[in-house]
Amino acid sequence: MNGGLIILTPLDLALASLLVVAVAALSLRMKLGVERQLLVAGVRTTLQLLLIGLVLKAVFERADLVWVGAIAVFMLLVAGREVVARQRYRLVGWWGFGIGSFAMLVSSFAVTLLALHVMVQVQPWYAPQYSIPLLGMLLGNTMNGIALGLDRLTETSWQQRTAIEARLMLGQDWNQAIADIRRQSARSGLIPIINAMAAAGVVSLPGMMTGQILAGAPPVEAVKYQILIMFLIAGGTGFGTLAAVYAASRRLFDERQRLRLDRIKKG
Amino acid sequence: MKTADHPAHVPRLCLEGFTTRNLGPLELQVDAGQCLALSGPSGSGKSLLLRAIADLDPHGGEAFLDGMPCSRLPAPEWRRQVALLAAESPWWLPQVGDHFCRADPAGLQELGFGADVLRWQVERLSSGERQRLALLRLLCNGPKVLLLDEPTANLDPDATAAVEELVQRYRTAHQAAVLWVSHDPEQVRRVAQRALRIHERRLEAA
Repeated sequence: MNGGLIILTPLDLALASLLVVAVAALSLRMKLGVERQLLVAGVRTTLQLLLIGLVLKAVFERADLVWVGAIAVFMLLVAGREVVARQRYRLVGWWGFGIGSFAMLVSSFAVTLLALHVMVQVQPWYAPQYSIPLLGMLLGNTMNGIALGLDRLTETSWQQRTAIEARLMLGQDWNQAIADIRRQSARSGLIPIINAMAAAGVVSLPGMMTGQILAGAPPVEAVKYQILIMFLIAGGTGFGTLAAVYAASRRLFDERQRLRLDRIKKG
Repeated sequence: MKTADHPAHVPRLCLEGFTTRNLGPLELQVDAGQCLALSGPSGSGKSLLLRAIADLDPHGGEAFLDGMPCSRLPAPEWRRQVALLAAESPWWLPQVGDHFCRADPAGLQELGFGADVLRWQVERLSSGERQRLALLRLLCNGPKVLLLDEPTANLDPDATAAVEELVQRYRTAHQAAVLWVSHDPEQVRRVAQRALRIHERRLEAA
């Protein structure tokens, strides 16, 4: 591999894991009650990452479109489940999962394809070394934006239901009656990526760029990739959040434009 | 020469086989310019009935406005024509005038406000002022039916009289039909020509 990459040994990782164990011991001593969660999460991250490492190794060797597609779909479904899990007030039935997943499918996949075909121009276009990490970063961030936006939308609608209905009573249509809440929700979904772009390089060194530099890439090349990724994430998160918030706000009203809060329930 | 020129009498508001979660099926007719008072024990479904007539809740059967079925009109149009005033009305923007589709100086004066009330901050309003202005902002749409859900429950006698008079004047000037939910027999005598009450999921003469 690249001459700059230093191979980590299991002993290195074991030493690092002692940090987690130490915090868990502190938690036990101070009765914080998170020691169990912390250790379980530590074990999960080890197993899940080792597993995905093996999967990626296999896929990189095959470089087969079907395999790449299967992994992409799996990632999407897990992200859709995660969006639902983060809602305090959820759309009942398959709507929460469906709207979140569809918005991610449209935005993350479209932006990833755009990057692979137009900007990175890798051959073949689905080359897993590029397509899977790109899609992963996009899905992760889009998922965040959508989850925040939907959470804000359903919770605010619940709290302000009398105001929404008062607007309906005055003859406003559903679109006007929820417009302010929808705007707030879309904004709150977009704030993390705006903050990340604003702080990048000054307060935080983004993980992808750091990883490339650790792997021996020239800093300026790594920075160019990071800028590309930031823009892609901003696009994917923006379109995904707007689509999800719009679709969910429509779902809060029925065909007679009644506010139907029976379509959300506290999770 | 007789029947052909005189179309069958069409009530302003008509309910046919109308069902809500805990009422019905109901038949009800209110004529133009008529005020019908509705009473009943709390929890009997008066508020839910008014919400359903305004098409804010799902319901069975059909409601007609001047013979036009509710389901044939777009919902916002129906709600502008069949206006519901709840016991408490929220204000969601900082300034009073932002909630009005257009100002009505005569109505403001009648309720004891100057035109500058439209520039007032909502926080400055007392609960009585809020309710009177909420009625006025509803009347700006020119509704043909008024559904009033205990509109004076939180008002002092003077403010109550002002609201009753405004509704009265609007009803006669626009030949509006009024469905007025009230617990107060005195008020029912003052404002209504007919009175019904809810008894065992049905409407009966009070």
